[in-house]
Amino acid sequence: MTAIEFQNVSKRFPGAGRNALEDLSFAVSEGEFVTVLGPSGCGKTTLLKLINRLYEPDSGRVLLFGEDIRTADLVQVRRRTGYVIQQIGLFPHWTIGENVATVPKLLKWDKARIEARTDELLRLVGLEPEEYKKRYPSQLSGGQQQRVGLARALAVDPKIMLMDEPFGALDSITRGKLQRELLTLHRETGKTFLFVTHDIDEAFLLGSRVLILDGGKIVQFDTPEAIIRCPAQGFVRSLVDAAKERGRFWEAYL
Amino acid sequence: MFGQIEEYFRTSLDRWTGMLAAHVEVSLLALAIAAALAVPAGILCARYERLKGPLTGLFGALRVVPSLAILLLMLPVLGTGTAPAAVALVLLAVPPVLMNTVAGLESVPAPVLETAAAMGMEERQIWQKVRLPLAMPMILAGLKTAAVEIVASAALAAKIGAGGLGELIFTGIGLFRTDLLLIGGGSVALLSLLTGVLFELLDKLLLKYKNV
Ligand SMILES: Nc1ncnc2c1ncn2[C@@H]1O[C@H](COP(=O)(O)OP(=O)(O)OP(=O)(O)O)[C@@H](O)[C@H]1O
Ligand SMILES: [Mg+2]
Repeated sequence: MTAIEFQNVSKRFPGAGRNALEDLSFAVSEGEFVTVLGPSGCGKTTLLKLINRLYEPDSGRVLLFGEDIRTADLVQVRRRTGYVIQQIGLFPHWTIGENVATVPKLLKWDKARIEARTDELLRLVGLEPEEYKKRYPSQLSGGQQQRVGLARALAVDPKIMLMDEPFGALDSITRGKLQRELLTLHRETGKTFLFVTHDIDEAFLLGSRVLILDGGKIVQFDTPEAIIRCPAQGFVRSLVDAAKERGRFWEAYL
Repeated sequence: MFGQIEEYFRTSLDRWTGMLAAHVEVSLLALAIAAALAVPAGILCARYERLKGPLTGLFGALRVVPSLAILLLMLPVLGTGTAPAAVALVLLAVPPVLMNTVAGLESVPAPVLETAAAMGMEERQIWQKVRLPLAMPMILAGLKTAAVEIVASAALAAKIGAGGLGELIFTGIGLFRTDLLLIGGGSVALLSLLTGVLFELLDKLLLKYKNV
């Protein structure tokens, strides 16, 4: 089953000189973990926002499970896609517990169920509910806030997870831990992940396939092994070379 | 002097409470009307960009007209009494509430609104649950400015026969009675202060998340 499909999608922002995304076509199967990699401004965030209709394409179609999202019910599209925004975007006037319960409350779950789910999710992202549930976002570190954002996106078990550099504010140890937990979550739930990062190590570690974007175009979309074995273009090769360079730097000290 | 003031409160306490009540009444009325006008107007401004320029411009201009001038300008239009005083006070109070409502609504970070939409909130829910609550601190600050300004200016409203503590002040001026002036002025000052404190309390009570 194809979970996400782009058909000749282009997007241009008003007043921009060129398309932010240029004739994008690709498909992601259900259960895949796809990482989207590319330099700043290449259109990664734009790509994600086209999937939950925060943006509308200028041309082309986006399909979720075979259904054109333009004709589908907007709220339904958004409930089926968990979204972790780059800027975290927690609601500052709600406690951590209330933030995580955002969608369950919209769906009018009963209190006990919301309570249980909130605790479960907070534990899943490594935040002890007793300690954190009653706090406000301003009382958490940036990394802890990002985890709350992840828990909130997972709340009603969406089939598709859209994650925009969710681990940007984390130190490398916590980041590694959450990366492993995310992979476990992926294995156990079979959800489809679209995970944006500009960190090549993260992209290759997490992705079962990596979609490399440059200047609004797909330059390569393949498994990490295939990309490393035969990089499609100068741009990809320079990315891979930079990563290898870093590897050699560390090897020198082993 | 102290003797006179004491004498006044011993003999005319009823009159004083009456004036205080009238003062509070016209102030509350003006504040309520101003809020009922300015908050929705602010929401409209934040929502429809085109309205913002004209509306905030108009009230911004009104703001520089001194309160006394507004009060006196009302005279030929509405005559004397509580009603014209209230109208003048409302005109005075609308600008700070309107400006703060607009500024508050616009200060809500775009990513927060975007996540709200991405969670599947409908437009109305985003306003009710996210945008207005997050604009609240600034709206409250605007109401506080307005309320303090109203309480002070309501003293002038006595000039056009609206009663209130201003009566005491103007009688004091007319009769060269420093004691009456002091009682009137002091009461207004205390009432302004109290108003400010009340709004601080309200802020603490309603906006717990800001004060953690
Ligand atoms: N709302 C907008 N209005 C106008 N231009 C925009 C808007 N959002 C993005 N752009 C432009 O579109 C291009 C792609 O932006 P996008 O946010 O998708 O990049 P990105 O790959 O997510 O970058 P980063 O890694 O820095 O987050 C950029 O050139 C950006 O300037
Ligand atoms: Mg981005």
